[in-house]
Amino acid sequence: MADRGPTIPREEAAVWAQDLTRTFGSFIAVDHITFAVAQGEVFGFLGANGAGKTTAIKMLTGLLAPSGGTAHTAGYDVAEQPDEVKRRIGYMSQRFALYDDLTVKENVRFYGGVYGLTDRQIAERMAAMLARLGFERMARERVGRLPLGWKQKLDFSVALLHEPEVVFLDEPTGGVDPVTRRQFWELIYAAAQGGTTVFVTTHYMDEAEYCDRVSIMVAGTIAALGTPAELKAQFAAASIDEVFLRLARPVEEAASS
Amino acid sequence: MTDAPASVQVNGLVKRYDEAVALDGVSLAVEPGELFGVIGPDGAGKSTLFRILVTVILPDAGAASVDGLDVVDDYLEIRRRVGYMPGRFSLYPDLTVRENLEFFASVFGTSVEAEYDVIAPIYSQIEPFDDRRAGALSGGMKQKLALSCALVHRPRVLILDEPTTGVDAVSRAEFWDMLGELKRGGLTTLVSTPYMDEAARCDRIALLQTGRLLRAPDTPEAVARSFRAPLVRVRATGERAALLGTLRALDGVARAEVFGEWVHVTGAGEDAGALALRMQRALEGQGWSEVVAEPVAPSVEDVFMALMSDPDPTAEVNHG
Repeated sequence: MADRGPTIPREEAAVWAQDLTRTFGSFIAVDHITFAVAQGEVFGFLGANGAGKTTAIKMLTGLLAPSGGTAHTAGYDVAEQPDEVKRRIGYMSQRFALYDDLTVKENVRFYGGVYGLTDRQIAERMAAMLARLGFERMARERVGRLPLGWKQKLDFSVALLHEPEVVFLDEPTGGVDPVTRRQFWELIYAAAQGGTTVFVTTHYMDEAEYCDRVSIMVAGTIAALGTPAELKAQFAAASIDEVFLRLARPVEEAASS
Repeated sequence: MTDAPASVQVNGLVKRYDEAVALDGVSLAVEPGELFGVIGPDGAGKSTLFRILVTVILPDAGAASVDGLDVVDDYLEIRRRVGYMPGRFSLYPDLTVRENLEFFASVFGTSVEAEYDVIAPIYSQIEPFDDRRAGALSGGMKQKLALSCALVHRPRVLILDEPTTGVDAVSRAEFWDMLGELKRGGLTTLVSTPYMDEAARCDRIALLQTGRLLRAPDTPEAVARSFRAPLVRVRATGERAALLGTLRALDGVARAEVFGEWVHVTGAGEDAGALALRMQRALEGQGWSEVVAEPVAPSVEDVFMALMSDPDPTAEVNHG
């Protein structure tokens, strides 16, 4: 890993950060992180609670101004052009963005409108999405009545509706059964194969193994970054879980005091 | 204690919310001193089961007892005997660590001093932060405080609803270490989790899905061993989605699912060694490189996934 700058040139990267920093008063939440994510990559962004992941993601998605350093997402500077960034990314949070009282179709139409798609684009993409998910029969069902796993798949697909260059997923698979969790990851692979960059956080360490590369944040810094195989070799560990425990364990008390 | 055969007894428990069935005839028994895990995803019925046991809601059918007491008839006495940690952080964020603890102690007519020995193994870890508001604690420390509060009245049975959900891997590991310590002290604990890998930390587990047990409760080792079909793990260089597609299209492959860096392939009608060899040759024949295919011991998660599509008929229980 180069100390100077990210290993991927800025023009080619989907996400690119150099010395990205955010402070809250005297607290340094994100401390000079430097890394880049290639286009079409599935990038796992790991870290213990309180390590600075959420703050970093808020900066990378143009929601929070950095205190220092630079970051570009989908080719735009997050500090200079946050609105351009927001137009070119998708975001799926742990809380559902979909409206429980609207049907599947109504939700899709609403979000399509928010992202400025034409009626025709919405109709075409909705048909393709429902077919891909096998949701045709549920199109007129209220979202609140869908099982959790279905909602998550729908939420992910809605986040991709405007064909963003990068999609940010914040613990997308919490609480679902093991079969549905894997189906969700197959949607992630499909999106990445279509060229969408996937930036994902998770507490499931087996899911970290599904990523092309993962970074592990510890106390505001990126303590490790590489392919799962590289990290396991680097730390002589059998699994990413073991790598994570070794890196993150010593700072638990520091992060909380 | 000698006249109580089980600490928690559940027989044919049914609970409906409007037309949705949350529990559809669940039966299980937790032995005294056992660390018993209820493993299942959101919506499986874990919280409903636990709420009935801690007497917060009533069952529609079936019966349950805790520490020998009926959850309907003896609900007041049960509340004195169980420690309950609900899924959501339920402490007072504006009170300090110490104030929360003293509050819960006083509700049960006792004091932190009188019960110090029982909470010490956990509380001592957060005691240096006594004056901090609970809302300002890290996730791991909130858990320790919540567990201390659930223990402060010396419960005979501890019931923990998804204590590790949304918690990072480090705090999860620490939390299970604490449960192990409480178990050594003789406490009976019933704990739920959506994380299949946590099954290994329990004495016995029940697999719950859409309100039903997928099979009879057993040790995690016995549950894992109950996987009957040949199982092989496979990896190869290249796109994982393409690898899954290739494997699923091969003859005699009942299922192919990602497991960490591997794909687990379930076969039928041949032994695992033969299946592994066949997968190896088939992938290499299709141009995949660095192929590794080898028999693998099934995990609880393999069993859960197999049972989701093909439930064990012996898990059927009479709807009382």
